[in-house]
Amino acid sequence: MTDSHLCDVVVVGAGMIGAACALYAARAGLTVAVVDRGPVAGGTTGAGEGNLLVSDKEPGPELDLALLSAALWEDLAAEGFGAGDRLGGVVEYEAKGGLVVASDERRLTALADFAAAQTAAGVRNRVVSADELTDLEPHLAKDLAGGVHYPQDAQVQPALAAAHLLRLARLTGAEVRLGETVVGIDTDAAGRVTGVRTDRGRIKAFAVVNAAGTWGGAVAELGGVHLPVLPRRGFVLVTAPLPPVIRHKVYAADYVADVASDSADLQSSAVVEGTPAGPVLIGASRERVGFDRTLSVPVVRRLAAQAVALFPRLATVPAMRAYRGFRPYLPDHLPAIGPDPRRPGLFHACGHEGAGIGLAPATGLLVAQTLTGAEPAQDLTPFRPDRFDDATEGAGR
Amino acid sequence: MTRTPRDLAGARPGPAFTVRVDGREVDALPGQTLAAVLWADGTTAWRTTRVGGRPRGAFCGIGSCFDCLITVNGVRDLRACLVRPEPGDVVSTRDDD
Amino acid sequence: MTTTDAYDLLVIGAGPAGFAAATTAADAGLTVALIDAGHSAGGQFYRQPAPALNASRPKALHHGWRTYEGWMRRLAAHVASGSVRHLTNHQVWAVERVPDAEPGGSDGGFAASGDRATLFVAHALVGVEAARSVAVRGRALLLATGAYERQLPFPGWTLPGVVTAGGAQAQLKDSLVVPGQRVVVAGTGPLLLSVAASLVQAGAAVPAVVEAADPLRYARHLPALLRNPGKLVEGAGYAGTLLRYGVPVRTRHVVVAALGTRRVEAVTVAKVDRSGRVVGPERTVACDTLAVGYGLDAQLDLALELGCPAGREPDGGWALEVDDGQWTGVEGVWAAGETTGVGGAQLALAEGELAAWSVVARLRPGLPRNVPARPVRQRARLRAFASALQGVHQVPRFAEQLRDDTDVCRCEEVPYAGIRDAVTDLGATDPRSVKLLTRAGMGWCQGRMCGTAVQCIVSELTAGRAKAVPPSRPLACPVPLGVLAEQAGDPPG
Repeated sequence: MTDSHLCDVVVVGAGMIGAACALYAARAGLTVAVVDRGPVAGGTTGAGEGNLLVSDKEPGPELDLALLSAALWEDLAAEGFGAGDRLGGVVEYEAKGGLVVASDERRLTALADFAAAQTAAGVRNRVVSADELTDLEPHLAKDLAGGVHYPQDAQVQPALAAAHLLRLARLTGAEVRLGETVVGIDTDAAGRVTGVRTDRGRIKAFAVVNAAGTWGGAVAELGGVHLPVLPRRGFVLVTAPLPPVIRHKVYAADYVADVASDSADLQSSAVVEGTPAGPVLIGASRERVGFDRTLSVPVVRRLAAQAVALFPRLATVPAMRAYRGFRPYLPDHLPAIGPDPRRPGLFHACGHEGAGIGLAPATGLLVAQTLTGAEPAQDLTPFRPDRFDDATEGAGR
Repeated sequence: MTRTPRDLAGARPGPAFTVRVDGREVDALPGQTLAAVLWADGTTAWRTTRVGGRPRGAFCGIGSCFDCLITVNGVRDLRACLVRPEPGDVVSTRDDD
Repeated sequence: MTTTDAYDLLVIGAGPAGFAAATTAADAGLTVALIDAGHSAGGQFYRQPAPALNASRPKALHHGWRTYEGWMRRLAAHVASGSVRHLTNHQVWAVERVPDAEPGGSDGGFAASGDRATLFVAHALVGVEAARSVAVRGRALLLATGAYERQLPFPGWTLPGVVTAGGAQAQLKDSLVVPGQRVVVAGTGPLLLSVAASLVQAGAAVPAVVEAADPLRYARHLPALLRNPGKLVEGAGYAGTLLRYGVPVRTRHVVVAALGTRRVEAVTVAKVDRSGRVVGPERTVACDTLAVGYGLDAQLDLALELGCPAGREPDGGWALEVDDGQWTGVEGVWAAGETTGVGGAQLALAEGELAAWSVVARLRPGLPRNVPARPVRQRARLRAFASALQGVHQVPRFAEQLRDDTDVCRCEEVPYAGIRDAVTDLGATDPRSVKLLTRAGMGWCQGRMCGTAVQCIVSELTAGRAKAVPPSRPLACPVPLGVLAEQAGDPPG
């Protein structure tokens, strides 16, 4: 096959991150081709809940990224879409806010301290009493000590979000090539990226963005560099459709400890939320078990137990389905964003673990800025893709 | 001469009873599924869809499609093609939520 | 045995494959738990009238009754002796593989990884109300989970009064009712004649049987047909009944629409060409009910979760790939009946028997092997027949008849236009991405009713480039969260 094609940048991956990179790069005036071996949202994007969370992040680079993203999501949601619609409506964007609850006074104190540190980093939040919890969430269990309300937490339907961002990118001139597998990254004599080879031909480009999610490590390998992206399994339970009974994203305070955990043991705490379509989502289990796809009965049992503990009336509601996904993570739980100094022309945008939907717009913006040589809106040092070269790697498997 | 399924199978069921469906008494035979009771009553629809508000009843008849969901004695989302009513059961075709 | 003991064999599904396997395995000395959602053994084919209906002639509704009675006598003896535990009204929602609690493993457990033997734990909801779940443990697992009827969308198919052909027959066999007074039976496959025959015998009028297939295509499969005279006699029996009652059978015709407002009042029927495309003029047939079905789809949820490989059948359906002993290739897991290829009750019986012998050979290696030759011969013959039938009864070209607003997914009310736009505008290339972007297949039935249709539509829109994968359903049926949350108990002893 001799299909040869020229553009500025090839984005590998048509998930949420790839879609955001393509959109912001196209809007920055670059010609973009998005290539994915599967459909849109075929990987982690299609297996997530669509959390846009600031509440679960401790002060630091990831929280800064989340805050930037929250603002960008708000802008995207307000964009017009056809006759009278907004993009936010089409992708089921809901600025519903998060409600983190604590089962006892000790946990509430820890949660309040955590929230205060977040406030200093720019997060809006408010400690709420046990009584107020009932006002915010009438069906919440009555024995909770209190919680913290985070108005910036929001939700989108992730597959629709990725599909529509890609559609907007296409309207801005990007080309989307689905069902096409990247099999190699071409370089010139100086080691600079000159494009990609696919199972259907060659695409010449000055830059390649690795937005391959869980398979980001394999794409990095095609570029001759090492990026230790690992899969972390997560299950989500989905209930039968209900009338709206849960207003916020609600979860227990232990969640925060889980995300930063280095333990390979299961640590789950249910994030419970309603959806515009009716079903309630119960998610956030995380296990490091490689690509094992089998249903773990103990895990779903625990998710169910935590959801019922938070909302007792869910006990009689059937779980209609369970789905699983693999969250890509890097050993220090931060994504890789930006140019790879080891391979000029190769950029990375992967390893966002369970937070990729929320962090996508900021990631896309930052990648577009580095592609065009603009000053990035945020310091990219903590996200350097080569940061694992000298350090001893943890959590390898 | 009219043929009936009961004649065909030589059924000698116990005495018929009634179940209350949205306040109306409907005849039932012991052992029959609720979908069968409603079919025998000439009722083919007892649920309204969430999006379009359209009428639905039993479709697959073997518990796979969940189109025939119904509330019995306050328990929601039971499959009428599987559940077997007993005398005095109160059946509701509307969700009271 | 105490409730915490593991059975030698767990059989999921008490249709022909399941009850034959359970009985045969018990004959050979294994302890068996036979777990099934129904009130009696028999599955959909030998579905029994509810006991309380006290039917003295249930055989009037069945073909092959004597065979069934023979198996039931043997099964009842094993149940009475305690070698088979028949758990009725239990619906399995997941099967888990766990390490055997006893160090070193009990005899016959499977060492899947390392030295630890593994056990299978079937989690089953009790009763329709599903107020609790029980866990049943076994050393080997036989999946005989059967099939449900394949459906295709057409304008009006969501109207009340449109029911599945198999569902009409199931309610007739079980609860002795007919779905209406004037029932058009339509679709494709050998089930249609049987359904139409039972309906007329039970007193309903059947104004027409509408069969999409071309009977001339049978000519291509003469050897397979002639090797199965019993099957031909069965088919001729139904045809004779229809002739006697004056029921017209229209082959190479399909129902293109169901008409009516609150319920079906008529159907529109049209002729199709050899490729299944509508070519002929439409005519209207008055009716109050349409019983429709386009073949069967195997119920593979539990098997696929356990990693059993599946392949596609001549009619496009999925079936597990098994060896001569009905072994799935996954340690400790066997399958029989429609799960390994839709082929009817007689084939399922033979496969169930053979699966049981294979399990016995694996669990009791010391026993002399005496696999009878009869089921081996039957299986070969009946598989050839099934394959011939599937070749004749293909899914017709239904998509051209859909209107933009025709719901393809009944549960989530996703119209054809939504699915088309997801593929042409939003980047869906397979049924899973269509589901994510449209909700088709995300509702209560989890795509069991629309799965084939969505696969066909996506295939057509992507010019066959869509990759076909069997649907994944980690939960085989809905489970109340409160039940899921509780530690599962043992079934009452």
